[in-house]
Amino acid sequence: MSNKSQCDKHAFQQSRRKVLKGLAAGVGALALPAPNASASAWEAFFQKNFRELDRDELKQVLARLESEYSKEYGKDVTVKATLPIEGVKYGYGLDLSRCIGCRRCVYACVGENNQSREPQIHWIRVLQLNKEKGVALEYAEHYYNPEEVPVEGHFYMPVQCQQCENPPCTKVCPVQATWQENDGIVVVDYNWCIGCRYCMAACPYGARHFNWTKGKLPKEEMNPETHYLGNRPRPTGVVEKCTFCIQRTREQPGRYPACEEICPVGARKFGNLLDPKGEMRYLIENKRVFILKEDLNTQPKFFYFYAT
Amino acid sequence: MKNIWNFFKGTLVLTARGSTAYYCWVAGLIVLMVIGALTYLVQLNDGLIITNMRDQVSWGFYISNFTFLVGVAAAAVLLVIPAYVYNWKPIKEIALLGELLAVSAIVMCLLFVTVDIGRPDRFWHLIPFVGILNFPQSLLAWDVAVLNTYLVLNLTIAVYYLYNLYYRREPNKKFMTPLLLFSIPAAISIHTVTAFLYNGLGARPFWNASILAPRFLASAFCSGPAFMILVFLMIRRYTRFQIKDEAIQKIAELIAYAMFINLFLLGAEIFKEYYTGTIHLAPMQYLLQGLHGHSALVPWIWTAMLFNFSAFMIFLVPDTRRNNTTLVLGCVLIFIGVYIEKGMGLVIPGFVPDVLHEIYEYVPTGMEMALAIGIWATGLFVFTMLLRVAIPIMNGDFHVADDGVGFHIGDNMFFLRRADRDRLVADSDEEPATKSGKNV
Repeated sequence: MSNKSQCDKHAFQQSRRKVLKGLAAGVGALALPAPNASASAWEAFFQKNFRELDRDELKQVLARLESEYSKEYGKDVTVKATLPIEGVKYGYGLDLSRCIGCRRCVYACVGENNQSREPQIHWIRVLQLNKEKGVALEYAEHYYNPEEVPVEGHFYMPVQCQQCENPPCTKVCPVQATWQENDGIVVVDYNWCIGCRYCMAACPYGARHFNWTKGKLPKEEMNPETHYLGNRPRPTGVVEKCTFCIQRTREQPGRYPACEEICPVGARKFGNLLDPKGEMRYLIENKRVFILKEDLNTQPKFFYFYAT
Repeated sequence: MKNIWNFFKGTLVLTARGSTAYYCWVAGLIVLMVIGALTYLVQLNDGLIITNMRDQVSWGFYISNFTFLVGVAAAAVLLVIPAYVYNWKPIKEIALLGELLAVSAIVMCLLFVTVDIGRPDRFWHLIPFVGILNFPQSLLAWDVAVLNTYLVLNLTIAVYYLYNLYYRREPNKKFMTPLLLFSIPAAISIHTVTAFLYNGLGARPFWNASILAPRFLASAFCSGPAFMILVFLMIRRYTRFQIKDEAIQKIAELIAYAMFINLFLLGAEIFKEYYTGTIHLAPMQYLLQGLHGHSALVPWIWTAMLFNFSAFMIFLVPDTRRNNTTLVLGCVLIFIGVYIEKGMGLVIPGFVPDVLHEIYEYVPTGMEMALAIGIWATGLFVFTMLLRVAIPIMNGDFHVADDGVGFHIGDNMFFLRRADRDRLVADSDEEPATKSGKNV
């Protein structure tokens, strides 16, 4: 029982034995930790919702996760829980006139945020759209794979979590495992989510992704700088989503999200919506801006615009 | 306390006895339950990847079954209303059996939800005050609340009634009647809340139609009672329990009305989508015609339409309604028709095309089906056991012994061939003692 996955496996084996002895024991008990499971498995089982942890409890949780991940991935993993910065509300801008559809953002995101490589989970989906049809999702090509982008007569529209100001996904969660933080980022507590996937049905942007199985994340590719609500490795059976790289953007001095940083054509903009002199405010006030599915009143903080 | 224990002991002995047919049926169900449980173990180990659900279609076969079964559970109310609101005796004698069906259906519902969630070990997060139940914001929290209330309510009514009959006491009306009356809005609430669960999502235009909850109710009043009629006919034929023709006929008539409303509401929905022809038509097209060459649901939904319409005609025409063969046919058609329409036909088009208009065609895997069959077997097992106890009690074949401690079992077979049953019924008519329970 040297690491979490083995420990989980052990728990399953134990319970399987129990069940084969007598199926009548009740299927509900199956996934519980085995009686002789390590203390940390039980601590994880009884862990409170992130927002109900007091300072000491939070410290313990972070320490437990750090040691688990460090063992599993064979390197020093830090798990922070950096709080939102006062007076900041993050906004994102995406210049449709520049995006070439190269998908570098998709893979930079995967690398930064420790998504599963097998099966692949992508927080960003780039759509290839027809210039004649405009922003009409029903004509979108999701799995375009040409020799070279951009393809003549097409433009590209990356879609990721729109960090709605009025998020339909958090409202429906039956256990408050997902919520909007004060800086506007919608987060998931991976240790509280029960995996019912109601939020996925509620999201109009396909921004939420489920861990259908234990995702594979190679040790050498694992990014050890993590945030509890962001890019720490995810367990099986929970929902995950884009957090505007919470582990980067909340630091002081902060860093840009990985997708913004990698973009070779500068189509991506990121900044504080509350800063009147900031870049985001400038482009909202001066460019042709639109938000996706405006009629649903989700009030995205992700703005598509045309700079040229 | 001692009485309860003796009663419980009696039911254990009773359920362990029966004809060969009964044993075969129960053994068959147990085999399917074991297969289902083993499949669930695989799913717990590997994750929901063993299903064909993916991010595009994030709910599938499990939740489709769940949705349909909520309707079956709500249907008990169709027996309770004529029995207790209109005090109509022929149905009053059998309304309890409808409640037992509701209990079994809710058990299946809860199992289907349990196997669908990714982290069943965290179920306690849903318990108020221990975890965090997001009430009243999340409709899923509402569903947890009303489903459990409805389960407890029906179980209380049924157990209390049967327990008193067993001890040859008159059930206290002051306790029973309010509960029975409360079960009417409770039944409507479980179905309304389940409809609202889908209805309240702006992201899914296929569900985001206010007609959804009325449609749910109308179809529920078809599928559940149709199943009840089949059960009544079986009980009447193979056990010593008598059920009046007029009761069955009345239920069939109510089904005809409900089916009419169901078909009408469906027509209203189809008109609105096709005539306006916005991009929100796509899921409806996927369901009825196929979309961009994807048409997995099309043969199914048309089968359902054909079945529902034929059944409606059968139940509408008095002659076919009164004929046992066509009545059975109608019930089977309705049950299958509504199962398709209110199951996969309702859930899957909500996800196809998905919110970014990708089409992922979902077909359940063998594992998903095996697990679902296991849950159906569990529900049928629960229902069989409940009937095994309830029918002899209501017949007067199972009651407390004359010493007031032990139990008397007058029905060791339960499930018989018709000829044997007729002989037994004839025999028992000569012994007035065995009829005692009937007039309570």
